[in-house]
Amino acid sequence: MIIANLAFYLFASVTVAAAVMVICARNPVHSVLFLVLAFFNSAGLFVLMGAEFLAMILIVVYVGAVAVLFLFVVMMLDINFVALREGFLQYLPTGGLIGLILLAELVLVIGGWSIEAEIAVPASAPIPAPAELSNTEALGGVLYTRYAYLFQAAGVILLIAMVGSIVLTHRVRPGVRKQRISRQISRTREEAVELKKVSPGEGA
Amino acid sequence: MAEFWATYVWPTVVIVAAIVAILVPLLLSVAYLTYAERKVIGAMQMRKGPNVVGPFGLLQPIADGLKLLTKETIIPSGANKVMFLIAPMFTFSLSLVAWAVMPFGAGLVLADINVGILYLFAISSLGVYGIIMAGWASNSRYAFFGALRAAAQMVSYEVSMGFVIITVLVFVGSLRLTDIVLAQENLWFAIPLFPMFIIFFVSTLAETNRAPFDLPEAEAELVAGYNVEYSSMTFALFFLGEYANMILMCAMTVVLFLGGWLPPLDVAPLNWIPGPVWFALKVAAVLFVFLWVRATFPRYRYDQLMRLGWKVFLPLSLAGVAVYSGALVALGWVP
Repeated sequence: MIIANLAFYLFASVTVAAAVMVICARNPVHSVLFLVLAFFNSAGLFVLMGAEFLAMILIVVYVGAVAVLFLFVVMMLDINFVALREGFLQYLPTGGLIGLILLAELVLVIGGWSIEAEIAVPASAPIPAPAELSNTEALGGVLYTRYAYLFQAAGVILLIAMVGSIVLTHRVRPGVRKQRISRQISRTREEAVELKKVSPGEGA
Repeated sequence: MAEFWATYVWPTVVIVAAIVAILVPLLLSVAYLTYAERKVIGAMQMRKGPNVVGPFGLLQPIADGLKLLTKETIIPSGANKVMFLIAPMFTFSLSLVAWAVMPFGAGLVLADINVGILYLFAISSLGVYGIIMAGWASNSRYAFFGALRAAAQMVSYEVSMGFVIITVLVFVGSLRLTDIVLAQENLWFAIPLFPMFIIFFVSTLAETNRAPFDLPEAEAELVAGYNVEYSSMTFALFFLGEYANMILMCAMTVVLFLGGWLPPLDVAPLNWIPGPVWFALKVAAVLFVFLWVRATFPRYRYDQLMRLGWKVFLPLSLAGVAVYSGALVALGWVP
């Protein structure tokens, strides 16, 4: 048990420290890398809670794909982040307000749960004992039966977002030569090569 | 005190011994993979390959290692020093960490976790970071272009790899690597899932940045890609990590499609050979195909590479998931 506790404190403190560094680091690339570190340690926390499926998905999706795209954008954009930071005090009230609202909501949810556990019962599906079912199976069972429509709706929303961003940014440029592989492959010898008999002294 | 020894010290000793027992053969195979690559490609091009150091050139990898160790580590003055040094270490340690869940034989596995295949997939998706960090920290155009290419390529091919893995999982009904191997006792998945096997193999070539998808280090246009600025041990770590990743991907192919440690047929002379030997033989066979491909095919153009990943493999593997799981449901064979 001691080792699990030690691991918890290690992961938790690194997560918090990395999260602080995300907003404090001067270099935006360092910020993204600290974000990755925070994700990674949160995955460790998930493992400690016995939610190993969520932990792995967190790493595959957020660390392996989303943060890589963040990193791309941050590396390619040549934004002067020092200039951006000068307006810090200007944004402080709005940011602080959003933070406060989030904090209040967290307190409401978790506080309600810890004061009266029955409040949360109608909202959540019954959880089978972890001994009978691995959490991968449990998640799949809930997602594809009880919440199938919500799951599909989430997928459709993401698809629409993707299509929307492609439509907004895609420009059809005239005069671009494109490789059409099907046309290249379907060419026959007859239409590609022509043999001509050239008699000497006359040219083609 | 005796309890303390039994609960903490003894398991630690056992785990450390197991790690050493995995890593030493692994690093030796990495060293000899470089030798095998040069010998195989040499034979295919009717050359001799390394044949001077030691008998048949067998000491060549050791000589190479010594050479890299004794060279000077150069850190470019414009580089971001910390990241520049962390990147190769990160790549190398990731390529070793993944072996923790690999089943070498029946029960011969360091950590038989029940999300084993997801763990492998997660580790392989982390490999991008070492490369991006190296390219960015080098503060050099060529390195940066190489890193961007590598990252785009690895992220693209991961998608179709994920779908192929899902198809295999539909047949197995478990994410545990041991279960995946045991589900192939009667028939290797390479046979019913042959198209997916091919997609997976080609995707692993792209994922490990190997020829014909070695655009990140296309020496003709990018000098050497993300590791231009690296020298001596820092370069050696990248090199070792890359080759260890190759072996890892081959081992993944073997576990998913070629029946892991199981013999091809469960008959008398074949099942006398112990499981780890079969595993090693199969990995070596897949690695040989890696080398064969490198000696055979010319390098892809970058837009063709992206087209293959997104327009060919992604729809094909997605269709594969639908078709195979549909067939399983229709026939009532869902595990």
